[in-house]
Amino acid sequence: MMSSMDFLLFTKGPLFQVAIAIFVLGILIRLVEIFALGRSRNFAEPRGGQVIPGLKTVYKRFNPDPGTFRRAPFDVVVGTVWHIGFIVALLLFIPHVEVIKATVGLAWPGLPNPVVDAVTAITLLGLIAALIHRLTHPVKRFLSTPEDYVIWAVTFLPVLTGYIAYHRLVNPYPLALGVHILTAEIFLIVLPFTKLTHIFTAVVARWFNGANFGRKGVQS
Amino acid sequence: MAVPIRPQPRTLGDSLRQNGVSRRGFLKFCAATASMMALPPSMAPAIAAALEQARRPSVIWLSFQECTGCTESLTRSFSPTVENLILDIISLDYHHTLQAAAGDAAEHAREQAMHENAGNYLVVVDGSLPGPGSNPGFSTIAGVSNLQMLQETVAGAAAVVAVGTCAAFGGLPKAAPNPSGAVAVSDIIKDKPVINVSGCPPVPMVITGVLAQYLTFGTLPELDAYNRPMAFFGQSIHDRCYRRPFYDKGLFAETFDDEGARKGWCLYRLGCKGPMTYNACATMKWNGGTSWPVESGHPCLGCSEPDFWDAGGFYNAMSVPVGDSGNVLLAAGAGGLALGVGASLLGRHKRAAAKAGHETVTADELEQKL
Repeated sequence: MMSSMDFLLFTKGPLFQVAIAIFVLGILIRLVEIFALGRSRNFAEPRGGQVIPGLKTVYKRFNPDPGTFRRAPFDVVVGTVWHIGFIVALLLFIPHVEVIKATVGLAWPGLPNPVVDAVTAITLLGLIAALIHRLTHPVKRFLSTPEDYVIWAVTFLPVLTGYIAYHRLVNPYPLALGVHILTAEIFLIVLPFTKLTHIFTAVVARWFNGANFGRKGVQS
Repeated sequence: MAVPIRPQPRTLGDSLRQNGVSRRGFLKFCAATASMMALPPSMAPAIAAALEQARRPSVIWLSFQECTGCTESLTRSFSPTVENLILDIISLDYHHTLQAAAGDAAEHAREQAMHENAGNYLVVVDGSLPGPGSNPGFSTIAGVSNLQMLQETVAGAAAVVAVGTCAAFGGLPKAAPNPSGAVAVSDIIKDKPVINVSGCPPVPMVITGVLAQYLTFGTLPELDAYNRPMAFFGQSIHDRCYRRPFYDKGLFAETFDDEGARKGWCLYRLGCKGPMTYNACATMKWNGGTSWPVESGHPCLGCSEPDFWDAGGFYNAMSVPVGDSGNVLLAAGAGGLALGVGASLLGRHKRAAAKAGHETVTADELEQKL
């Protein structure tokens, strides 16, 4: 029988390699395919640059327009809160910084553990609220596909198991940590093949919109 | 008729007195043992009474693929301590590092102890052994393979104590690529209780604590999932670490000579495996309670856990994956680029083909077809 230490070493070792390989392979195929496909040639004379307006739109669309906020304040507030929380917990928790440093060689300062802990708790609540809202709101429920629920679970589980491992709520610890790493690996493997690709494509799409505005000479 | 100068001690109590251990010193040891085993203080007199009356149990100590570090740990504990005397006082009938006898006489001592105490003796093993599938000649004693000696000796034993990570989990000999096909004692012995006292080496008092419990209650201690005594292996190093407040505050040493290291901050980023390691170092310490690795500024290596040699670099943070992630990333990146370009070429080709295959039709032509 596999012991909890065997399990941890399996998730930290071979499974991690498989997960990052699938993730990098998948996400590069998707992105290169999109970029290399190209666009048909635009014969209209450009009325301005593209780069700066593109970046401007990437930034500006972080602010919801007033109409959206009035119609769906819950989605804007909760969506923003848990997205920021997820990114903070992912990138600024010291053990995560160590993983990134060891894997790609980049490092940056982290946040104190209690801060990340609080942010994680808020993120968990935000994700749960988002699911409840999705299930109870008739329009959202109608629009939701099975994939939406799958990616909710895939996103929620690493946060939950990370919280459990940090607080040592499950014993033995190697099992708790192994489960957390496993859920993170599922997230990585699923990412390139679902809506989670928005992590990479959302910025590209925004930039493209802004660049179009710039070319046409309208406000970006 | 030869008269013995000193009567042979019959019980532990006799022997302790003969060795000059005071009643007070002995009771202190019993109280410490009681607290170590998470028993109420009222149990200390019971332990004292039981140990006083305990007959010297016969112990056969088998050393297989080991470095003698476990024996060193035990014998180099502060001398003379009560732990040391307890060890003198168990009837250590065979221990090829410590015994005076050699060759046939030594092996004879083992056979005699097995014969005279059949069903009652304890077997202590340190070191792993070549498994049934590997060459038995890799490790032999007096021409007998470790596997055969273990099976023979354990057949009449009351219980087996696997001392050290090699005996408990395979340890260094079992580390990849495991050239000798090393296995742990519990991989071989299935029909007798096996208590694992892991550590590289284990804390000496943990070994004597297990023996004391056996002498006191005649039972084996409560064990965890790895068959280690809960009393000593029930809590992680991290949970009992005096540097834990720094972890909780997010204050870490990042090199061995930075400000954090000098101020005694948490060693997680320097590779401390404390969070996944279960042992008594943080509470019982080493060298007579002088210090322990983390207190001396070195991260915990996780030596009491299975496969700790293969669990990633000792100086890599615990979260860091094992293996060559860089090359995997490069290979996957190159593959992803190539496949992505291939996919886009396919897309372009499709688009061009669609364009070339496009036929213009007029409304008249369509009407004619209808």
